[in-house]
Amino acid sequence: MKGLRVIILKELSDHFSSYRFLILFALITMVSLITVYMVGLNIRNELAGIAKPRFVFLMLFTSPGALFSLVQFVAFFGPLVGLMLGFDAINRERNQGTLSKLLSQPIHRDVVVNGKFLAGVILITVMMASILLFIAGLGLLVVGIVPGSEEVLRMMIYLLVSIIYIAFWLGVAMLFSILFRSTATSALAALAVWIFFSFFITLGASVLANALADRGGAETAESLIKKAGIVKAVTLLSPMELYTDATATVIDPRRKSARSVIALGPMEQISMSRFSGPLALSQSILVVAPHLIFLVALTLICFAVSYTVFMKQEIRSI
Amino acid sequence: MNREAVIVTEELTKIYGGQTAVDRLNLNILEGEIFGFLGPNGAGKTTAILMLMGLTEPTNGRARVLGLDPARNPIQIKAKVGYLQENMGFYPDLTARQMLRFIAALNDIPTESADDRIDHALDAVGLAEEERKKIGAYSRGMRQRLGLAELLIKDSKIAFLDEPTLGLDPDATNRMISLIETLNRERRMTIMISSHLLPQIQRICHRVGIMIKGKMVAQGPMEKLAREKFGVGKETYTLEEIYMKYFQES
Repeated sequence: MKGLRVIILKELSDHFSSYRFLILFALITMVSLITVYMVGLNIRNELAGIAKPRFVFLMLFTSPGALFSLVQFVAFFGPLVGLMLGFDAINRERNQGTLSKLLSQPIHRDVVVNGKFLAGVILITVMMASILLFIAGLGLLVVGIVPGSEEVLRMMIYLLVSIIYIAFWLGVAMLFSILFRSTATSALAALAVWIFFSFFITLGASVLANALADRGGAETAESLIKKAGIVKAVTLLSPMELYTDATATVIDPRRKSARSVIALGPMEQISMSRFSGPLALSQSILVVAPHLIFLVALTLICFAVSYTVFMKQEIRSI
Repeated sequence: MNREAVIVTEELTKIYGGQTAVDRLNLNILEGEIFGFLGPNGAGKTTAILMLMGLTEPTNGRARVLGLDPARNPIQIKAKVGYLQENMGFYPDLTARQMLRFIAALNDIPTESADDRIDHALDAVGLAEEERKKIGAYSRGMRQRLGLAELLIKDSKIAFLDEPTLGLDPDATNRMISLIETLNRERRMTIMISSHLLPQIQRICHRVGIMIKGKMVAQGPMEKLAREKFGVGKETYTLEEIYMKYFQES
């Protein structure tokens, strides 16, 4: 599309030269390096003297160090990156008066919003890829393990899902930057949505489940299952849960389901222990395919809404 | 001299949320003309310009700019027509050259020839020495001149200047006005200018149009408007007198 490249390049150079991006990037790199370093040392100590299990390398990402694993870290703070890249994408141009300058050049209106979104996605990709490569390098140094081809493949899929996840938040932030004129309002609105969908939904889900499934009296197996079902359905609305679920089996071949299964009785535990070997990659993906699709759909819907709103806005109000 | 009409509108109307911003506007602007677009704030001048640029769609009526319909071919029109909006938006972190390069890239001008054009344009508007400064540090007058440089880069056939002299000191105003006149004379750029500085408009405009509450109440060369309002008896008149007369009557 005409002008798309120009806008993307302009946006990228803006981002790379902005202090807020550098600070955030430094912070995230630092935290992820420290986390992985601690995890790496942990793994090395625990594995000393015993036969190396398969997929040790991926444990760098999944096992918690002092506080949290890298996957959890990205689930928590990845959205902040997306929000930060997008919350003032359109309204800052509007306040500066540069939006009508851009639109009076011979480019289509959607090029502006597409270019900004794509530049954000490129930036997220660069950021996530470099963090993962850092960690892989550090893993080689600290633990002395070389990733196998399947592990590399799993890492790539994890990278892709993470990019989509952060791009979703970029889309949310851009939507608010189109809807609100003030950058402070759009930043706050985006943060509010992030906090609501990431933290309150998980809390609210069990409250809702209790309200819906509790008919008084003793808890039966059915009511427990019903409750768990409601909680599961509601928390799927939270992109953070969705992301954690979607990456769970991808990055950890030993997991069989998106969330941990509670074995109720000894017989169930015995029957589960029969399947203790790692899953094949295709099976891992199959388990979380709905989550992946849902995450992609959310991202696309969010971008589509921003796109439509932006295309329909009267220039007068720009 | 038989000149071609480059901007023609027929009954052009825009209604915003029940309010008529532009009411059946009929314009006929010839090539190489400076047309003064006068009227109080909120009279619909900006809306009319936005419709001619294809930035907003008319509710009714037709417009032709350089033979093209702005509602259908906005991209072609924007390639040939320059628009300087009222509050001159530039990226404060860029230098003048970076900004103009960005504009050139958006207009598909290859980098090599763009740098040449930028040199010439900066020279022409007297910003050659300030090109390394960030635009954020520019004065209002410098920004406005940078806006004119943008028209030179694009090599616009038509320029819509919305209040280009707003908030400028007298010296900067005069500089701006004479630059606009030069653009018109040397580049044969057709210029439609809206402003409140009536003496300056009177100096450079070939024809004026007075718009009040969305309606074009008068249009034509100043002598004609003066004759209509004051009769043949009056030898000297100023645009201000004419304007006030129309304004009070409506």
